[in-house]
Amino acid sequence: MNVLAGGPVIPNFGSGSSCERSNGWWCTDWLSAHWGDTLQPALVQHVELSLIAVGIGFAISLLLALAGYRFRLLDPPIGVAADFLYTIPSLALFQLLVPLTGLTVTTVEIALVSYTLLILYRNLVAGLRAVPEDALEAARGMGLTRGQTFVRVELPLAVPAIVAGLRIAFVSTISIATVAAFVIPQGLGRPIFVALDQGLFKTEILAAGGLAIVLALVADGLLALAQRALTPWSRA
Amino acid sequence: MIVADQFSPGTFVDAFRFIGDHGHLLLEKTGEHLELSLASLGIALLLALPLGLWLGHRRRGLFVALGVSSLGRALPSLVLIAFGLTVLGVGFWNNTAALTILAIPSILTNAYFGIAGVDRDVVEAARGMGLSERQILLRVELPLGLPLVLAGIRIAAIFVIATATIAAIAGGGGLGEIIVNQASYGLGGVVGASFCVSALALLVALLLGVVTRVASPSQPSGA
Repeated sequence: MNVLAGGPVIPNFGSGSSCERSNGWWCTDWLSAHWGDTLQPALVQHVELSLIAVGIGFAISLLLALAGYRFRLLDPPIGVAADFLYTIPSLALFQLLVPLTGLTVTTVEIALVSYTLLILYRNLVAGLRAVPEDALEAARGMGLTRGQTFVRVELPLAVPAIVAGLRIAFVSTISIATVAAFVIPQGLGRPIFVALDQGLFKTEILAAGGLAIVLALVADGLLALAQRALTPWSRA
Repeated sequence: MIVADQFSPGTFVDAFRFIGDHGHLLLEKTGEHLELSLASLGIALLLALPLGLWLGHRRRGLFVALGVSSLGRALPSLVLIAFGLTVLGVGFWNNTAALTILAIPSILTNAYFGIAGVDRDVVEAARGMGLSERQILLRVELPLGLPLVLAGIRIAAIFVIATATIAAIAGGGGLGEIIVNQASYGLGGVVGASFCVSALALLVALLLGVVTRVASPSQPSGA
């Protein structure tokens, strides 16, 4: 299981504290010593990877959703393609892209973006389709052009579904991004892979894994708050 | 472990050649993959389905259903598998436990909303006809909420089959064992094995899709 050849030896079982040598569940001395050089950079990289992926994924999905919404014939093929992408194991997709784009952030981002497409596309189209016909009729009656109707009526009414999609996309991207460490030494998956490879160091696995979970929960919570702020009319 | 093989359209030819040449190995790994996935899915069904159905019937525990679903999504598969490895050690059960936990949220949440979403008037009518609570759940609410309940199982099945790949990192066997070992099997092998994972996931999705269609109550005409 030589997953990471030549990675830094963390922990150093030979010269570490007694907790590290006995592979303790929660070695606070190791955590305070390696927060700065291991966990914190991994956390920052993880946030960056996820933000970029969801940002690009959202832009692409918005364009696709506009196409699928205006031209209904396009919707089934886009949906099937996105469905298929989702069944490709992330471990395999990362490796498949390596020969094309190398062991780079680009490789990871392409894979992460493609996994967000299914979630975001489906929610965008569903949100737009759910806009009541009456609202569109009223907009037409008020003399709004097609573009105005979209920006002022359809898009705002679709916000709850769009933000719901963003929540799922964000949380699942944070999850898949841990696997990215299989390809590039970045993100919270990195300390996990290192710890798995080097004697299953429990403290590191629990700390990095815990950070990933907390990150996902915080992202979910923040987007839930954003959803409330963006749709004041839905509050009872 | 990652070898930057030269990529070419030939990689896909290699992949199919790999599938042709290593049929026996792939069959064995697919068997392991299915075993792991089905065991996790089975345990998750036993735990989550009755709870979701019951909570949905009582129309209680909305908070539980929503909490489980968002907490469940927030658990990265790699993290859970690493946790499983730490707590339970290398073996079949660490991965089964991790995948079970990953399968529970969508089964539980969909069972809850499937049952809780059944028209209250229908349930009241059934109660008025003297059906017991158990009969109401099994004969009225379950048939009506079945599409959503089955959709949850379908999502969980696809997710578990795709994620079982990662189990190979924790010595779980299955098709992931080929996917994480590019050094031995080449990129063609990696792609070939991931074809098998995708095919397996799509096949199970298709199967459950057919079950859903057959089991769904026919829509009353004109509704």
